[in-house]
Amino acid sequence: MDGITIALSKGRIFEETLPLLAAAGIEPLENPESSRKLIIATNRDDVRLVIVRATDAPTYVQYGAADIGVVGKDVLIEHGGDGLYQPLDLKIARCRMMVAVPDGFDYEKAVRQGARLKVATKYISIAREHFAAKGVHVDLIKLYGSMELAPLTGLADAIVDLVSTGSTLKANHLVAVEHIADISSRLIVNQAALKLKRERLAPILDAFAKAVPQ
Amino acid sequence: MNWLLPEYVADALPHEAAQIESLRRAVLDLFRVRGYELVMPPLLEYLDSLLTGSGQDLTLRTFKLVDQLSGRTLGVRADMTPQVARIDAHLLNRQGVTRLCYCDSVLHTLPASQAASREPVQLGAELYGYAGVEADLEAIRLMAAALQRAGTPASRIDLGHVGVFRALAQAAGLDAETEAAVLQLLQAKDIPGLKERGASLGEPYRSAFLRLPGLYGGAEALDKAMRELPQLPEILAALGTLRQLLESMPELPLSFDLADLRGYHYHNGVVFAAYYPGFPSAIALGGRYDGAGKTFGRERAATGFSMDLREVARLATACQQQGAIIAPYATGDPALTRLIASLREQGEIVVELLPGETGVEGVPCDRCIVRRDGQWLVEATH
Repeated sequence: MDGITIALSKGRIFEETLPLLAAAGIEPLENPESSRKLIIATNRDDVRLVIVRATDAPTYVQYGAADIGVVGKDVLIEHGGDGLYQPLDLKIARCRMMVAVPDGFDYEKAVRQGARLKVATKYISIAREHFAAKGVHVDLIKLYGSMELAPLTGLADAIVDLVSTGSTLKANHLVAVEHIADISSRLIVNQAALKLKRERLAPILDAFAKAVPQ
Repeated sequence: MNWLLPEYVADALPHEAAQIESLRRAVLDLFRVRGYELVMPPLLEYLDSLLTGSGQDLTLRTFKLVDQLSGRTLGVRADMTPQVARIDAHLLNRQGVTRLCYCDSVLHTLPASQAASREPVQLGAELYGYAGVEADLEAIRLMAAALQRAGTPASRIDLGHVGVFRALAQAAGLDAETEAAVLQLLQAKDIPGLKERGASLGEPYRSAFLRLPGLYGGAEALDKAMRELPQLPEILAALGTLRQLLESMPELPLSFDLADLRGYHYHNGVVFAAYYPGFPSAIALGGRYDGAGKTFGRERAATGFSMDLREVARLATACQQQGAIIAPYATGDPALTRLIASLREQGEIVVELLPGETGVEGVPCDRCIVRRDGQWLVEATH
C-alpha cells in the first residue's frame, strides 16, 4: 500500500486526535462511533484510518499494517516499543500511573526494601519495574479491569492503575499513594515506513508537532 | 501425534526451498566473482567466542548447552558475523584485505519479532583489513547488488554513523548508565523522553541529543547536522565520510539517519540499512565494526552486511518454475538414454518414470518423450 494508514482507537484517543488530523489536512469521512466499519476513508485518497483496540495499536504499527498510530504511553511501555519510533508527545488523553491502596493501609511500611507485596494490575511490566527499582518483591496478579476491587476483596494489597480524576478510587475507599509516571498519548511511527514513505509522512508529522501545545 | 514443529520454526517445502536455493546460488555467485571467499563456520562453538562483537547483544537469543567432552558451555550460533571475524583474525592471519562470505542457518531462542523465524538463513559478506571509506563504499554497493540480484532491490538505503553519538556522549561526559538510557531513547526517536532524561545535561550537548532524532532524510539532513551539531572533530569527520559516500553513489537511493544506533556496542563507523516496500523493518543490515578481531588476538578494520535469505526469498517475485520433461521407463534403448543425457546436459529437468508410474506429482511437466516412427521425440503435453 503506497498511501498512509493511521491506527487509532475509538473513544477518547479518536476524539482528541481529530483536531491534530485536521491540522494535517486530514478529515475522516465517517465517525467510528456510529459506523461499524473498521477501515475509514478520509478526504485524502492516500490516507486511511484503521480502528483498533487501544492495546493493539503498537502491534499494527510494528508490523507495518499501519504506518503511524496514536497510543497511550501506558500501552506503549507494556508493548516494549520494539520497531517503533515515538517522536511526539501529543499531550492528549492525559492521566497518571499510580499505586493505590485501601484507605488506612500503611504503604510506607509495606514497601520497605526486601518486603513482599501482592499487587493487582493490568500493567505488569510497569508494576514489575517500579517495584524492582525500589527493591520490593511483588507477586503480580494480572487483571483486565475493575482493579479497585482487588484490595477490597483481599485479592491484593495494592493496585497499579491509571488515575485520571481519582473519583473511582474515592468511591471505593482507596487512596493513591505513589505516582509512577505521567501518561499521555504518543505518536508512533513504523521505522521502515519513516524511511520508505518519508515524503508523505514528514508533512503529517510536522503538522502534528505544530498543532501540539509545547 | 500430530507432528507439529516448534513455534517459529518451519520447513521449506519444494517451492520455497527452490526459491531460497536459487537466490542463494545467485547471490553467492555474485560474491564469488568479486573475490569474496565462502567460509562455513560450525553450527556451534564455545559460548565465549560466539558472544563477542555483534554477539554481545545476543546472549539471551543464543541456545546454550553443555559440551559432554569438555564440560564447557557451547552456544548454537545466533549470528555468523563473530564466527567469520574469528576466522579472519585468528585463523587466516592475512596481512592485507580479506573478503569473506557465508550463508547458513542460525538459531534464535526468541524470534526477532512475532513475524520472524527462529531459524533465519543468514547470508552475508565481510571485508577485513581496510579502514578507508572505500571499503564502506564497496560493502554498501555489494549489498545493493546482492538485493538487486535477489529480486528485492532496495528502495531506500539509509546511512548512519555511530561516531556522531559516541563523540557527543564523550564530550558531554555521560556515565555508562545515562549513555545507555540516552542511546535507547535515541533509537526510538523518543524526543519527549530525551527532554525528560536530558534535563540535567549541559549545553550544547542537551540540544544536540534532542536534535539527533530529527536528523534524517536526504542530503539536507547532513547540511542540517553541520549547522545544528557541535563542531567536534569526530562529528565533522563522520559527516564528511557520509557526504563522500553520498557523492560516490549517485546511482543508489541513499538517505541518512544519524540516530540509527543499532549495534552501538560493536559498530564504530558507518552503518547502513536497506529497506524494501512491504517489509516492516530493514531487509539487510550492515556497518563498520573495526576491532571485532581484537578478542581473537588481532585488531582488524572490518565492515560487512547480512540479510535473512528466508525473508528475501519470501519477498522476491517467485522464480519461474522450470517445466520438466517426462521420459518413459528406459527400456535399455541406447538412443533414449543418449537423448535423456543430452537434454539434462542442456539444463532440462527429465524425470524417468518407473514401471507402473503414470505421471509426476508436484513437478510441473510440460513435455514428454515419445517414440514416433522409430525415433525418440520431445513433444508438448496437452
